[in-house]
Amino acid sequence: MTKAFTLVALAIALVLPAILPGEFYTGIATQVLVFGLFATSVNILAGLGGMVSLGHAGFLGAAAYCYAILVATYGVGSIAAAFLTLLFGAGIAALFGLVALRTRGLSFLMITLALGQIVWGVAFRYTSLTNGDNGINLPAEALLASTPTARYYLCLAVLVIVLACLFVFMASPLGVSLKGVRDQPRRMSTLGYNTWAIRYVAYIISGVVAALAGILYVQIFQFISPHAMSLTASSEGVLMVISGGIGTLFGPVLGAGIVVLLKNVASAYTDRWPTLLGLIFLFIILVMPDGLLPGLRRMVRRAITAFSSYRGRSYSNTSQEAH
Amino acid sequence: MFWITGFFNSFAFAAILFVLAAGFSLIFGLMRVANLTHGAVFMLGGYIATSAMQFGFFTAVLIAAIACAALGGVIQHLLVRRLAGKELAQVLATLGMSFIIADQCLLLWGGDPIGVSAPHLLQGATRIGSFAFPIYRLFLIGAAAAIAVGLWLMVERTTLGARIRAAVDDREMARAVGIPVTWLFTTVFCLGSALAGAGGAIAAPIMSVYPGLDIEMLPLALLVVILGGIGSLPGSLIGSIVIGIIYTFGQMLLPDLSYVILFLPMVVVLAVRPEGLLGRVSA
Amino acid sequence: MSALEVVDLAKSFGGLHVIHGISFAVMPGERRLILGPNGAGKTTLFNLIAGDLNPSAGKIVLAGEDISSLPSHRRAACGIGRTFQILTLFANETLIRNVMLAALGRSPSRWRPYRSMEADGELRDFAMTILKKVHLDHISKRQVSETSYGERRRLEIAMALAQKPSLLLLDEPLAGLSREERKSVESLLNELPRELTILMIEHDMDVALAFAERIALLHNGKLLVDGTRDEVISDRRTREAYLAQ
Repeated sequence: MTKAFTLVALAIALVLPAILPGEFYTGIATQVLVFGLFATSVNILAGLGGMVSLGHAGFLGAAAYCYAILVATYGVGSIAAAFLTLLFGAGIAALFGLVALRTRGLSFLMITLALGQIVWGVAFRYTSLTNGDNGINLPAEALLASTPTARYYLCLAVLVIVLACLFVFMASPLGVSLKGVRDQPRRMSTLGYNTWAIRYVAYIISGVVAALAGILYVQIFQFISPHAMSLTASSEGVLMVISGGIGTLFGPVLGAGIVVLLKNVASAYTDRWPTLLGLIFLFIILVMPDGLLPGLRRMVRRAITAFSSYRGRSYSNTSQEAH
Repeated sequence: MFWITGFFNSFAFAAILFVLAAGFSLIFGLMRVANLTHGAVFMLGGYIATSAMQFGFFTAVLIAAIACAALGGVIQHLLVRRLAGKELAQVLATLGMSFIIADQCLLLWGGDPIGVSAPHLLQGATRIGSFAFPIYRLFLIGAAAAIAVGLWLMVERTTLGARIRAAVDDREMARAVGIPVTWLFTTVFCLGSALAGAGGAIAAPIMSVYPGLDIEMLPLALLVVILGGIGSLPGSLIGSIVIGIIYTFGQMLLPDLSYVILFLPMVVVLAVRPEGLLGRVSA
Repeated sequence: MSALEVVDLAKSFGGLHVIHGISFAVMPGERRLILGPNGAGKTTLFNLIAGDLNPSAGKIVLAGEDISSLPSHRRAACGIGRTFQILTLFANETLIRNVMLAALGRSPSRWRPYRSMEADGELRDFAMTILKKVHLDHISKRQVSETSYGERRRLEIAMALAQKPSLLLLDEPLAGLSREERKSVESLLNELPRELTILMIEHDMDVALAFAERIALLHNGKLLVDGTRDEVISDRRTREAYLAQ
C-alpha cells in the first residue's frame, strides 16, 4: 500500500509544473521541496535519533552563506562551490556535534538553540564577511539551474535521492542501531554499540543534509540573509517534522507542505505570521502530537479494517516498517 | 582604564543576565521545564515598564513584574500543566507561546526601539579617583546582588524554599508528604516570570527595548544556565559573570566575532563537566 | 585462571560509599549467585563489572585482562553479556529483529548504512537458533509489545545470549514472574551451556539456591560471606544480614 502511495506521489510531483497555473506556484512547490529536505535533516536527528535540535537552521544558513560567498565574492564555479559547501557543512556539524552531544534531552535542545543563535550572530555581526542584515545576493550566472521549472526538477531530484537513501538507511544495520540508541541506549551500550559514535555520525549526516538544503535554498531565493537561520526558521523546521509525523519518511515533506502553504497564504493577508506560527505550534502539540501522517495512516487502516470486515473477511494486521 | 570600565560594564550586564537566568534556572530546576518564553517575557517587561514610566520608575518596574507574573501563571496553568510529563511538548509549547508574545509586542509597541532614561535619583556618575561609574549601573549590580541574596534566603531559609527543595529532590515523595506540588509549580513559574519581566524593566534604561531583544537574551540565559549548572542559583551567578565578561569584552575587542567567543566557555565547561560547573548529574 | 576477578573494588558517589573493597574470583563455567538484602550493592556491582559505572578504586580482571578502564560498549567484545532488572527490550520491534540487533553488536557490519539488516541470511539464522534456545522461535515475528511478561523475560536472556558471551550477568531474571513462567525460565537457566560462566542476582530463593554452586553474600557494600552454597547457607552471618533488615 505504501509503495502505491509513493508511486502516485512521485507521479504527481513529476507533472506538477505542467499542472500548476504559473511560475509563481511552481516556485511555491519548489519551496516545499527545499524545506521538505531541511525538515528531513531535522527528522534524521529528532525522529530517528531521538534528539530534537532547535538550531538546525544554522546549518542551512551557514551552508547558504558559504555557497553565496564562494560564488559571489570569490567567483568559484557553482558545482565546485556546492561540493566545498557540503564539506563545510560536514565540518561545522562535526565541530558542533562534539559540543552538543555532551548533553541529552532538554539540555541538548538548549545547546543546539544557543549554537544556532551563535551562527546567526556571526552572520549578523561579521558584516565584512556576510554583509550583515543586508544579506548577499546571488548573481544569476551562479545558479545551478536557470529557470523556475528547472530549479523545481533539480530540487525534486535531490529530495527523491535523499529520501531514497534515507529509506535504505533506515532498514540498514546503522539505521536500526540509531533507532536502538534512541529507544534503549543502555541496552545498546551493553550489546557493544558505541552510542556516542552512532549519535555523532547521525549528527554529521543530518548537518550535511541541512547543508544540501542550504545550497538549494540559495538557488531558489537567490539571496541569503541572517533571517534564514533565525530561531523562527529552526522552529519552523521542527514544526514541519512534528506536524507531518516524526520519525516517518514522508512526514517532514508533508509538514513542509503545510507550513509553507500556510505561511504563503497567511502572509498575503496579515503581518502576524509569527503569532500564527505560535498558534499552530500550540494546536499541533495539544491536539495532534503524533502529527498528520500517523493520524492519516490510522484513519486509512481503520477504513480498510471496517471495509474488509463488512465484506466478511478477517484481516490480520501485519506490522510494517514505518515509511 | 579600559579594563576597569570593561569589567564594570561586564558586571552591570551580568547583573541583568543573572536576574533573567535565575528565573529560568528556578523553573527548569524545579519543574524540568525549559521555559522558552523567558526571553519574550523579559522583552515584554521592558515594554510594559516603558509605557508605565509616567507612574515613576520603580512603580513601572513593579507593574512590569506583576504583569509578567500574571502571564507566567496563565501560561503554567493553561499550557504547561496540561502537558505534564511530556517534557518536549512543554518546551515546544513555550516556544510557540514565545512567538505569540514577541509578535504581539511588535503589534502593540511597533518596530522602533524605545528608550527610557534612568530615574532622576539614579542618574549621573560617582567618581572614584579618576574613574567615573554611572550610578544606574551600580544600581543594577546592587539590585542583582539583593535579588540573589533574597532568592538564596528564600530557597534555604523559608518554608516555601524547603518545599521547593523537597519537590526538586523527589516530586512524588513531596506530594506524598502533603506538599501542594501543583500550586508550588505555579508559584515558581510566576516568580520566574516576574524576575524576567523585572529584568527587562530595569535593563530598559541601558539597553532600550526593541523587537528581537527576546531572541538576543534567551540564548544568553541558556548559556548561563548550561554553564553554571541547571537548577543551581550560585551556578547562575557565576555563569552570568563569566558570560557577562566575555560578551562585554567581546563586543569591545572583537565585535565581529563576539558571538563566536561566547561559544568557548561553554565548550570548555561541557568538555570537562557536561552537567555544568555546579550542576547535578542528570538533567 | 579465573574467568572474572574483582580486586579491592570500591565505589562511592560523593560521600556515599556503596561498595567497600570487594574481592572475589569466579572460575570458568561456575554458577555464582550474588545474594544480599536490598541496598547491599548488588546491582551496583553488576554495573561496575559491565562498565556502566567507573570504579572509585580497585580493578576488574576478565580472563586475565584488566578491563577496569574499558567503556561498557567495549566490554561486550570481551565477552560480557548482561540482562537488566527492568526490561530493556525494543518494544516496537519484532522478537527476531531484537535478537538480530543484539547479535550485530559484536560484528563490524553494524556500521553498514546500506542493505537491510533483514537481508542478512546468516544473521537471521543465528537469531532463530537463539530464539529456539529460549523457546520463543514460534513467535519470532511478533512485536515485543504483544508478548507476555514471561516471554519478554526470556527474550531479555536471549539478547544476552546473542552476544556469544563467555561471562553472563543475570540481574533478577525471575523478577515479577508467575509460577508457570518461573518454571520455564528456570529450565532455560539449567539448559545454558556449561562453558558459560554465570553471575546471577536473584531474590527467588528456591530457584537461586538450586542453581548456585557458589554464593557471594553482600551486605552494606561489603562482601560478608563467600563460599559454596552449603557453606553460605549455614553461616551465621547470612541469617544476621537478612534478619537485620
